[in-house]
Amino acid sequence: MSIEIENITKKFSTFNALSNVSLTIPSGELVALLGPSGCGKTTLLRIIAGLEYADSGRILFNGEDTTKSHVRERKVGFVFQHYALFRHMTVFDNVAFGLTVRPKETRPTKQQISEKVMNLLHLVQMENMANRYPAQLSGGQRQRIALARALAVEPQVLLLDEPFGALDAQVRAELRRWLRKLHDEIHVTSVFVTHDQEEALEVADRIVVMNKGKIEQAGTPDQVYESPASAFVLSFLGNVNLFHGRISQGQGQLGGLKVDSNGYAGADDTPAVAYVRSHDIEIDRVWRDETSIKAEIRHILKLGPAVRVSLSIDGSGDFIDAELTRDVFQSLALRHGESVFVRPRQVRVFVDDYQI
Amino acid sequence: MSASPRTSKDRSQTEPTVVRWLLIAIAVTFLMLFLILPLAAVFSQAFDKGFTVYLDALREADTLSSIKLTVLTAAFCVPLNLFFGVTAAWAIAKFSFPGKNLLITLIDLPFSVSPVISGLIYVLIFGLQGWIGPWLQDHDIRIVFAVPGIILATIFVTFPFVARELIPLMEAQGREEEEAALVLGASGLQTFWRVTLPNVKWGIIYGVILCNARAMGEFGAVSVVSGHIRGMTNTVPLHVEILYNEYNYTAAFAVASLLAFLALITLVIKTIAEWKVQQQLQKN
Amino acid sequence: MKLFKRQNNVLPGFGPTLGFTIFYLSLIVLIPLSALVFRTAGLTWGEFVSTVTAPRVMASYKVTFGAALVAASINAVFGVLVAWVLVRYKFPGRKIADALVDLPFALPTAVAGITLATIYSPNGWVGRFLEPLGIKVAFTPLGITLAMTFIGLPFVVRTVQPVVEEIEVELEEAALCLGASRWQTIQRVIFPMLLPSILTGFALAFARAVGEYGSIIFIAGNMPMVSEITPLLIITKLEQFDYQGATAIACVMLLASFLMLLVINLLQKWSRRYAE
Repeated sequence: MSIEIENITKKFSTFNALSNVSLTIPSGELVALLGPSGCGKTTLLRIIAGLEYADSGRILFNGEDTTKSHVRERKVGFVFQHYALFRHMTVFDNVAFGLTVRPKETRPTKQQISEKVMNLLHLVQMENMANRYPAQLSGGQRQRIALARALAVEPQVLLLDEPFGALDAQVRAELRRWLRKLHDEIHVTSVFVTHDQEEALEVADRIVVMNKGKIEQAGTPDQVYESPASAFVLSFLGNVNLFHGRISQGQGQLGGLKVDSNGYAGADDTPAVAYVRSHDIEIDRVWRDETSIKAEIRHILKLGPAVRVSLSIDGSGDFIDAELTRDVFQSLALRHGESVFVRPRQVRVFVDDYQI
Repeated sequence: MSASPRTSKDRSQTEPTVVRWLLIAIAVTFLMLFLILPLAAVFSQAFDKGFTVYLDALREADTLSSIKLTVLTAAFCVPLNLFFGVTAAWAIAKFSFPGKNLLITLIDLPFSVSPVISGLIYVLIFGLQGWIGPWLQDHDIRIVFAVPGIILATIFVTFPFVARELIPLMEAQGREEEEAALVLGASGLQTFWRVTLPNVKWGIIYGVILCNARAMGEFGAVSVVSGHIRGMTNTVPLHVEILYNEYNYTAAFAVASLLAFLALITLVIKTIAEWKVQQQLQKN
Repeated sequence: MKLFKRQNNVLPGFGPTLGFTIFYLSLIVLIPLSALVFRTAGLTWGEFVSTVTAPRVMASYKVTFGAALVAASINAVFGVLVAWVLVRYKFPGRKIADALVDLPFALPTAVAGITLATIYSPNGWVGRFLEPLGIKVAFTPLGITLAMTFIGLPFVVRTVQPVVEEIEVELEEAALCLGASRWQTIQRVIFPMLLPSILTGFALAFARAVGEYGSIIFIAGNMPMVSEITPLLIITKLEQFDYQGATAIACVMLLASFLMLLVINLLQKWSRRYAE
């Protein structure tokens, strides 16, 4: 089922949680709402679910307006950040809850419910835990039960609020892959909220980057990563270096960096910022071309497979970070205090959030 | 779950053994003198003249009628305040609105008012010189110096018990489970009965048991509104007073022993309920 | 986002439950209490002042508030000690002692009253040992203090106990590592942490003692000017059909309770000043 979000605005007293947000989520996709905390992503998710009401705007499911309908009637599956499992019920009863609260006419028989629950527990690989209580489960297991419970009512939409937020790193990575696989099997339109860019890039079909109650960009992981629509998107996805400076007449002088800025042809002595991702910075021992900048190695930090080198640019003294693979680092045999040349492979210049 | 309270054993630092035992000795002596001794005295005095005398005192007609009235009073107060407590806790703990703290303070108000005043206010309204006293007299309705007054005053003094226990408990449990139930299609009542209520069950029991203990044991407020009519408007505590003032000590303590026994049962259930509430909160 | 409370909550029943809460609260508590204030307003200021400052009334304040102050102080000292011992030390019977602390809450005041009066009467279990020493408890202000100590006992213990439980071991260990002696640690680290709860417990015990009636009248002797407490005086006036007098004195008592309530609320606010 597709979800259309039209001009949603939501205020909490004087704080604009969401301002005029519009978005279309195609049927069957797995979408990530990505952004820093306080950007409105959870509020948007709760509005889609019907747990929160927007001040204005509409939510359409399959083209049908659901804005006015109660959360109970929306047939959404919602997985809460802290799972919200019913602590006084067994795993089985938790998963069965959505079926047992149905009015008599539409309620499945006991046996049907039991079969369905066991199938779901099988799907989430928890069939041995049916008689346990939530308190007896690990975080990852609770998460899977929460998911099974949400799926039991055969929702048209699955909404997940920071589904992996409360788990430790290893379980998180495992569940991430598992969720992706599960989605490929059941294909229910799913939206999940996360502040972890890596999670969004790995799991989602489509990423919606949000900031300060607005959508900055919506697109496939490749789109948002390769062609970020704003400085915010660029700096939120991955580590970036900033070069402050001015551009005029198609040329930019940004912290030792000379760039063509033809897109801002009309700009005359306008302040601008150039962004370069850490892994888009090459280190050379020799001068290559006019994009090479002389710099001194100040710090070397080995981070598993990658190596982060901090350098200070000669002249301005600005610090930049370069991320190299271990191989490249070793073949260059870089050492602390050495003078080298850095060369940005890809530079993006933004003036007032407009990209060239 | 593993958040067991720290005990002296895991303490890396503690007082020297002598000091420790001295402090324990002082504390225990203080508690003995103030708690155990009175409790023992009640039962000792009650059985002073033997078991038969004890039983006779309890079987006396006025005693039986006072027990009846006390049970009747509790039977009115406890359900009413239970209903109020649950309703108030739902509104206060699950929603946010301006003036919430004021409302909580007002609910607690009866605890800070002297029991004598709790009785007096009803006399001022329903008494002969009261606001609607004359009208009541014209219509031959008796409220103060009659059973309804006793019930009203008791409702007043036991007013906050359930609410003040449930409000923090329900606040601590948050709204997520209820929201989850609604998303899964449960109706409001289903959500309340099947999700909220089981989670606060022991909190309710705790509140109810204390409410009941106070309802059955209240003396000051009831004393003001009862009029002390023997066999008519005498609750058990008032009956104890009458017997005591008549120098019928054995009978007074025999009846008092019933109340002391009730207090002990209350403490046992309360301790269990407290333990269960702690357990439930730790499941989070 | 959790900072912002949601006004439009999907949970049902807010209107009816809040409506009933306010209705029931008004019916049982607010309207009756306001009757007291309106009744007092029927007096002129001069009448009111002369009623509430009559010598017998003044003597009753002195007895009531004085005894309550002493009782609350006793409870502050022993309450902290009991709370500390119950949390920190293991000894046989600790759990029973812990449960019994609430006895004064659960035991009807009339029962407490006749029992204390009996124990401390000149030939009672304790009284007979005090009598030769020239200490009279029953039927004196000392007896009033005793009864007030009994009913106020749980307040300090139960407000201090959770705070003692929550003191992190690390704090004491840190003080130890920094070279503090045990006594210095207690004085400079633990006591300041407990102080707000001790004061709150003190105020609660005091407020309760001031309003107490049932457990006191049996042991007090109730001699006007000497051992007559204010709540009893209200009842005496009422029994003499002096409604105005009873109401005026009750109004003063009510004012005192409101003041105590305010103090307690401020203390609780103060005790949370370091909380996030």
